[in-house]
Amino acid sequence: MYRFILKRLLMLIPVLLGVSFIVYTILSFTPGDPVQMMLGDNYSEEAYNALQAELGLDDPFLVQYGRFIVNAVQGDFGTSYSTGNPVAAEIAARLPNTILLSACAMLFAILIGIPLGVISATHQYSAVDNISMVGALFGVSMPNFWLGLMLIVIFAAGLGWFPSSNFETWGALVLPAITLSANSLAMITRMTRSSMLETIRQDYIRTARAKGLKESVITIRHALRNAMIPIVTTVGLQFGFSLGGAVLVETVFSWPGIGRLLVDRIGLKDTPVVVACVLVLATMFTIINLCIDILYAFLDPRIRAQYKTAKR
Amino acid sequence: MTGKVKNKNKKKSQAAAVWRRLKKNKMAVLGLIILAIIIFFAVFADVFFDYETLVIQQNASLKLQPPSAEHWLGTDEVGRDILARIVHGARISLPVAFATIAIATVVGGLLGAIAGYGSRRVDDVIMRVMDIFLAIPSILLSIALVSAMGTSVTNMMLAISISNIPPFARIVRSAVLTIKNEEYIEAARAIGASDKRIILKHILPNCMAPIIVQATLSIAGSILAIASLSFIGLGISPPTPEWGSMVSTGRQYFRAAWWVCAFPGLAIMLTILSLNLLGDGLRDALDPKLKN
Repeated sequence: MYRFILKRLLMLIPVLLGVSFIVYTILSFTPGDPVQMMLGDNYSEEAYNALQAELGLDDPFLVQYGRFIVNAVQGDFGTSYSTGNPVAAEIAARLPNTILLSACAMLFAILIGIPLGVISATHQYSAVDNISMVGALFGVSMPNFWLGLMLIVIFAAGLGWFPSSNFETWGALVLPAITLSANSLAMITRMTRSSMLETIRQDYIRTARAKGLKESVITIRHALRNAMIPIVTTVGLQFGFSLGGAVLVETVFSWPGIGRLLVDRIGLKDTPVVVACVLVLATMFTIINLCIDILYAFLDPRIRAQYKTAKR
Repeated sequence: MTGKVKNKNKKKSQAAAVWRRLKKNKMAVLGLIILAIIIFFAVFADVFFDYETLVIQQNASLKLQPPSAEHWLGTDEVGRDILARIVHGARISLPVAFATIAIATVVGGLLGAIAGYGSRRVDDVIMRVMDIFLAIPSILLSIALVSAMGTSVTNMMLAISISNIPPFARIVRSAVLTIKNEEYIEAARAIGASDKRIILKHILPNCMAPIIVQATLSIAGSILAIASLSFIGLGISPPTPEWGSMVSTGRQYFRAAWWVCAFPGLAIMLTILSLNLLGDGLRDALDPKLKN
């Protein structure tokens, strides 16, 4: 088991190197000369050359990339072109907010989505099932930035229940988290329902019922546990996507996370910050996918056993 | 000659069988109807609303009017009819989305076919690169690409196309891997068909079902990506009536005038909804085995 985890962790390295190379390459083609931007309109050629050398921008591309990686591994993402602060510090200040938002959104989606999916499956074609499936259909089709604005109109501007900016209170988290969770909630509900529908028709469920077990025990312990693998996959994928979605939701709610930092700095052509933001989000996405893979083995003894026999 | 006729009939009957199954699925038919209506309005947008006078021309005296008999969905911050702009917006979102997915399907499909059909090493190289692209959430990849290449419609299309290539490559590759050991491929090789011919004439047509399903669902994703990029100012910019950018410019006024944001967003949702319904229906109709 540990070897499996270790192997997967080692496999992360080439993927992350590849991701960083692609992101760095793409963004190094950003038009505009950073040296010129930092110096403003009036500068001498010596000052230009000096700053260019200081930033290392006169080196060949691969040298620049190599230096970037060596520094990034040590937590140094360079200096922001627009503020002059260390990029790592700017990211560190914003990252917890993004993680908080995504985690709350996922928690909400899981806590509502799985029970709703289970009820929809055990009461197939009932009113609850129909309503939640129509709701889920809208949930997957809704642009989250639009949902956010609508929630602000209704609950912040209209009813005044929640603040739409001002992040002093926990209430400020409610609307952004709900907005970000909408797509995931819909996907998790749909996946839970279809996975549960498959398992509750299995023979072992009939056996459990024949044994005279309580319906709640059958549903939770016998059916849900066996239906978990596709649900966990969906949760993991959605968690990853929510990091991308956070870019838009943070923009709508002016949430001080790295998604908004990314969008703000694209406008300012602050490439080091943009590279770091994309890289951090992509790294988190990759790590979440890895965690899901490892979780499979814990959830499904068959996968665990498969791995054990494959090792020999 | 007779062989050709027979083949044609067979193709027809296959399509007919798919259509028969699709017709039975009420939700898929609903999706198809909604999509047909949207396409109809997109094609005949000029008949209903003149582009220059209603969609682009500003009219300060009419600004931010709520929905009324005259302006069904109200007017925006510079007095333009929102319904007219939404209808014309369909002329942008739909073709751009179709084009991006067409590019992604062709490029991704070919890469997947080469990976699945080619040697182990070719397969490894292509799929590892695809894995790396898949490790970046697609909206982030699009954002990075557009911000590097500069904001323009072409660059946005290119960015969305690129971020859609990996899923197609994966699907086609796995389909090719299952098909390539079939007897009819061996037969084709035995009569001396070239690799190119085998891939294009024998393998690709036989893995069309998952490609069509993925394409339909990806068009929905592409419409969302177009709207999202335009919303954060990296896609189609005003005064072009793109739905996402309409929501974005309406943001400043929407507390007082909710309709400025609400209706363009509804248009996005309705279009995505119809494509999702159709995609799900097609999946069930094209291959009952794929049903999950």
